[in-house]
Amino acid sequence: MNSGGGLLPIIAILPFLGALVPGVMIRAGRTACASFAAIPTLIALVMLATLAPDVMRGEVLQAEISWIPQLGLSASFFLDGLGLLFAGMILGMGLLITLYARFYLSGEDPMGQFYTYLLLFQGAMLGIVISDNILLLLIFWELTSLSSFLLIGYWKHLPEGRQGARMALAVTGGGGLAMIGGMLILGNIAGSYQLTDILEQGEAIRASQWYLPALILILLGAFTKSAQFPFHFWLPHAMAAPTPVSAYLHSATMVKAGVFLMARLWPVLAGTDAWFLIVATTGLITMVLGAVIALFKDDLKALLAFSTVSHLGLMTMLLGFGTRAAAIAAVFHIINHLTFKAALFMTAGIVDHEAHTRDIRRLGGLARLMPFSAVIATITGLSMAGIPLFNGFLSKEMMLHEAAQTRWLDNPWVMPVLATIGALFSVAYSLRFIFHVFGGPPRADYPSRPHDPPFGMYAAPALLALLVVLIGVMPHLAEPLVTIAANAVTGADLHPHLKLWHGVTPALFMSMIAVAGGIVLLVLHKPLDRAWRAAPRPEAKAIFDAVLARLVGAAQGLSAGLHNGAISRYLAIFVATTVALGYAAFSGGGLAASTRPMLPVPPVALVGFVILTLATVLVVANHRARFKALVLIGMIGLTVSGGFVYLSAPDLALTQIAVETVTIMLLLLALHFMPKTTPVESGAALRLRDGAIALAAGGAVAALALAFMTREFSTISDFHLANAYKGGGGHNVVNVILVDFRGYDTYGEIIVLGIAGLTIFALLEALLGGPAARRLRNTDYSANRSRDRHPMMMVVATRAMMPIAIMVGIYIFLRGHNQPGGGFVAGLVISIALLMQYMASGFGWTQERQRVEYHAMIGLGVVVAGLTGIGAWLAGEPFLTSAFGYVHLPPVEEFELATAMLFDLGVFLTVLGGVMLMLYSLSRISRYAGEPINVQPMDFDPSQREPAGTREAE
Amino acid sequence: MNHWIIAPVVLPAMLAPLIAFVMRHDITLARAASVTGTLALGCIAVGLTVLAAGGGTHVYELGDWPAPFGIVLVLDRLSAMMVLLTAALALIVLIHVIATGWDNRGRHFHALFQFQLMGICGAFLTGDAFNLFVFFEVLLIASYGLMIHGGGRIRLRAGLQYVVMNLAGSTLFLFALGTLYAATGTLNIADLAVKVREIPLDQAALVRVAAMLLMIVFAIKAALFPVQFWLPATYANAPAPVAALFAIMTKVGAYAILRVHAVVFGPDAPAIDGLPGTWLFPAAAVTLALGTIGVLGARRLMPLVAFSVVGSMGTLMLAISLFTPHATTAALYYLVHSTFAAAALFLLADLVVSRRAGDDSLTVQRPTVQNGLFAALFLAGAIGMAGMPPFSGFIGKLFVLDALRDTPGMALGWTVVLAGSLLSIVGFARAGSVLFWKSTALAPDPKETPPPEDEPAEGAAMPAAARPLAVAPTMAALAALGLLVALANPITDYLESTANQLFARGEYIAAVLGRTEEAEP
Repeated sequence: MNSGGGLLPIIAILPFLGALVPGVMIRAGRTACASFAAIPTLIALVMLATLAPDVMRGEVLQAEISWIPQLGLSASFFLDGLGLLFAGMILGMGLLITLYARFYLSGEDPMGQFYTYLLLFQGAMLGIVISDNILLLLIFWELTSLSSFLLIGYWKHLPEGRQGARMALAVTGGGGLAMIGGMLILGNIAGSYQLTDILEQGEAIRASQWYLPALILILLGAFTKSAQFPFHFWLPHAMAAPTPVSAYLHSATMVKAGVFLMARLWPVLAGTDAWFLIVATTGLITMVLGAVIALFKDDLKALLAFSTVSHLGLMTMLLGFGTRAAAIAAVFHIINHLTFKAALFMTAGIVDHEAHTRDIRRLGGLARLMPFSAVIATITGLSMAGIPLFNGFLSKEMMLHEAAQTRWLDNPWVMPVLATIGALFSVAYSLRFIFHVFGGPPRADYPSRPHDPPFGMYAAPALLALLVVLIGVMPHLAEPLVTIAANAVTGADLHPHLKLWHGVTPALFMSMIAVAGGIVLLVLHKPLDRAWRAAPRPEAKAIFDAVLARLVGAAQGLSAGLHNGAISRYLAIFVATTVALGYAAFSGGGLAASTRPMLPVPPVALVGFVILTLATVLVVANHRARFKALVLIGMIGLTVSGGFVYLSAPDLALTQIAVETVTIMLLLLALHFMPKTTPVESGAALRLRDGAIALAAGGAVAALALAFMTREFSTISDFHLANAYKGGGGHNVVNVILVDFRGYDTYGEIIVLGIAGLTIFALLEALLGGPAARRLRNTDYSANRSRDRHPMMMVVATRAMMPIAIMVGIYIFLRGHNQPGGGFVAGLVISIALLMQYMASGFGWTQERQRVEYHAMIGLGVVVAGLTGIGAWLAGEPFLTSAFGYVHLPPVEEFELATAMLFDLGVFLTVLGGVMLMLYSLSRISRYAGEPINVQPMDFDPSQREPAGTREAE
Repeated sequence: MNHWIIAPVVLPAMLAPLIAFVMRHDITLARAASVTGTLALGCIAVGLTVLAAGGGTHVYELGDWPAPFGIVLVLDRLSAMMVLLTAALALIVLIHVIATGWDNRGRHFHALFQFQLMGICGAFLTGDAFNLFVFFEVLLIASYGLMIHGGGRIRLRAGLQYVVMNLAGSTLFLFALGTLYAATGTLNIADLAVKVREIPLDQAALVRVAAMLLMIVFAIKAALFPVQFWLPATYANAPAPVAALFAIMTKVGAYAILRVHAVVFGPDAPAIDGLPGTWLFPAAAVTLALGTIGVLGARRLMPLVAFSVVGSMGTLMLAISLFTPHATTAALYYLVHSTFAAAALFLLADLVVSRRAGDDSLTVQRPTVQNGLFAALFLAGAIGMAGMPPFSGFIGKLFVLDALRDTPGMALGWTVVLAGSLLSIVGFARAGSVLFWKSTALAPDPKETPPPEDEPAEGAAMPAAARPLAVAPTMAALAALGLLVALANPITDYLESTANQLFARGEYIAAVLGRTEEAEP
């Protein structure tokens, strides 16, 4: 093997680069656009031609660019006989189609887009045939599915175009996905993704236990692409594409990709019974079925489409035979089919273009009106029929010859008979194409008066027709190409001799029967057609659409049903899953024996336990009465705080009490604007289920807690105890943990609080701009409004308490580092003091008397804490490293100053700002609800119906 | 000690309060600050990635307390890469938000955005399990604020689902940490990795429960079945650019599983006995199936994209659940890919939906202005998301399939990945066909339809064409998908070293705990 394929990557990339050009060049006019679309193809073709002599000598050219070695994906290309044949066909046909499309497309069609898609598609096809890496091949393979989707759906305003494109994508794309699996298995068996390596390991691959899965998956890809039964149905619907696309996709490229792949992997996969049974049988069925249906199609392109299906079946069947002679015939037929089928499609396009219809029933007699086209159609049509002197005859004879020699499940008759029937129908529809369109007298009722198109439009089919005759008469012209391609397919050194006359063989008789029978069928077409139409037959598109609709419907139902927005169900699933999986995890490992004895239960603890349990049960029982439930929750919180005290955790107790007070107060305020009871939304069964889940979860948590409380474990806390004073300068370990050891956590948490404040504020802005505000305004809250909303007792008491509370707050803040307390608790204490003012005298009154902006307070807190942390950088220490020292300022006793206190100040400010911002947000709601702002601090005349001294808000 | 390691947290944390409290009355000022901050974050992230790529695990001991007693930040290849990914995505989203004026439809967008970045970066950088919880809180509360940005009934309702589900997750996180602390006595990830391996299987019940509970917590973030229910409605009803930013949020869950369950509860720990992988794999398979079924069955564009995110998380977690360096390389590639793919689709959906009067139902309407451009972008995004070439989705899918090869779950894994791709392809093709193709048939007369670059003829109601700056972020996200393919070789090299580093636990433990022994001889 030789390298020397340096041009191959350039050839592969050229169409993709070129695809960028037509979209722009369309601004210079249609001819310029078409010319520039042709240039990359032409350059690639010239490059290919320079490589051709080497390949014709039997060399294999290779080029490799490393891409993702971890995956085994590399941009490696190789060119052998088969690759050269296909690359030549793709590029050559590409040029002809470019020329033809220039004249075919009308002024309304966006031509730039067309050529862009065409070049993309061409590049993808070209990539398939010269890839040396099967992963790279897969990339190009899926690209053909995508770019053909764009080409088929080119007339996007037509439903046929859209549906045809989607169907083609679903079928060929789906096949491609199966093929990915197959190719990966293949690479796994071979130990390499390089085709050249894989091709040498046929023996090992066929012997592998993974052979059958790989074969089936790869064939799924090939069959869908090459429209083999039962995946053939997409191809006729792809005819909604403009005719140049059909001519390209269905003669030389897209549908041949599957055939190419089977040929490419022939040395590896062929030769087994499974291969024969699957491939040959599928091919045979497809060939016959396609031919039969084609005869009864009235749309010219539909006829050609089913004919294409049939011929693809023929090629598949030949490859499926697994013999070398059949492989030669397959390769030869690939060439011949290209020449006549592309020309026929183009002719059909010309007829459509000129007569404005493709319906055979409305045509006929065109021979006189468009003689050039008629000659081309006749030559290529006869070739399709397999009439001697045209190239289609040669390869069809070879096919019949092979079929005659093949036994299907030990039956010598199945193959030859069915092959002859296929050929027979092939003759019939080919002749119908010629005679029903061009034969007979001219009609008077064409939608448009047809005449021969300009030269540019029939130049391409004329050239192909010339090839048809040349190869047909002098088959040895094609011999070198067929030889190297067949050698590449079979991996053997063959010297086929293509000739016109094989002597009197069974194949000749079969051919004669086919021609004679075909003529008879054509003569009998009218009655047969009626019978066909009367007969029930499955309509593939209807089935496909129905299946897809059913699938989409099921998918809709499933995902909408599962994601129905019911939070209670989501939570139930979450909790049940957690308990189940937790149990599964638990039971997978053993539990160490408990090392701590159970403690005796003193009366205090028992009382706490009873209160806690009772309160919890009461919450569950009363959870629909929201105020009651809230009070009970407060009770639980206080009992828990008591528990902290009992267990010698004064910091926790202090914090818990403060948090409990603030949250309950805020919740009480919020509850004012909400319904006072929770409606019953779930039935008894549902509540039973939820109860069971809740009990299971609660039990699991209790069991877990018991499990780890009865076992000794050593923790990192010992270090904290030992280093709190030495390294953190504080006696209160909890506080040192909060502001020093794990100050970063606290930093995060105060930010959470700050964000919560912001979010509540933003949420309220959004709410009060929406329908909720209208609802608030229209709700009458006066019914449950107290006569003295701001009682004097409370006002006086809170005023008196305020300085004390602030003192306590400052005290708690300052002592925090060494005694229970700290910024967090201090912030809460002072916010409680302020909260009480708001509750006593109303928000409006209080708000007017305070000048600190809560937003700014949160911001300041976060910034102070952050700056404290950053300050450590100046000393070259990490973020939040603390420093402390002792200061002696007479007459005050010596006291400690720690940067941690500055940090704690940040915490304090954020907490205070956060709580107050939440309160502010709540009060905004109340103002929307029509709550008046009192001018006086208290409502001193309870006898009045309306509270005295108020003014309406806003 | 390199202070830059903490910069991705401190920078947005300092910037956000300034934006919220100093600049909140001037949107231009807030925008400038936000963009500058995000750009700076990007630069820092690049620097950190270069630092990490140089090898080694860089530890930042907060408060100068040694691990495991204080909190440490750990910069290795994985965390650096995640921070870089966050910064890149944030910049793309931020420009989109500013160009489309989304930030002006509610309060405090930029402050919440910066806090969100702080939360995400903090979660990626931390080397402490409890600190991870703290940053989960930060990013949850910030994301809730962003999610309900702009308000609206349906959005607020979906937001409630989101926040309730995630708060339940946070609660479970605390339970899990408590259990873990009870079983090991430590919270530092490196220390946990050591301690967990000292526990024999016959005493492992508690630590196994902790591992499982943590996995469920992270699974909620990563939207894995059966705790994925919140995601479709949340993403579909969040402001589209916020949903685009959330593309990284699901990855936080995936990252956490990778970090905690590979390093602490790795398959080599006798106590754990491969527990996470056993359960993750089927969950991921079902998630993938549900996501792609959702794509096929979606009736609106935003849920379609949201479900495709669920599907992509399934694919990602399939690879992660194998817990091998090879599969992790695949997972990381797919992670980067799916982040940009989801972002691109959400941003594009915003451009399209805002030109259909906010209606994202998959019904035929008159083509919007720039129909051709949007169609092309949608095609590219759909190709990326469905995993078709030439974008990185295909490579990512190949990576995942390759990782699944020769594993017990191969048949199931391959089937769901490939069948899921087919469902996605069909789903996206249907949606694109209705949105962009079928609509062209509704044009009054094909001949009269103005080409996209012209002014709309007489339709005064036609919304304005998107400005280049509004389209650029979508294109940038798509370009990232292309770059992932073009630069696949160096990127994969980096990811492979990343995966190897992650599983070379010894290096991580030595870097984090190494200094402890010096401090305490």
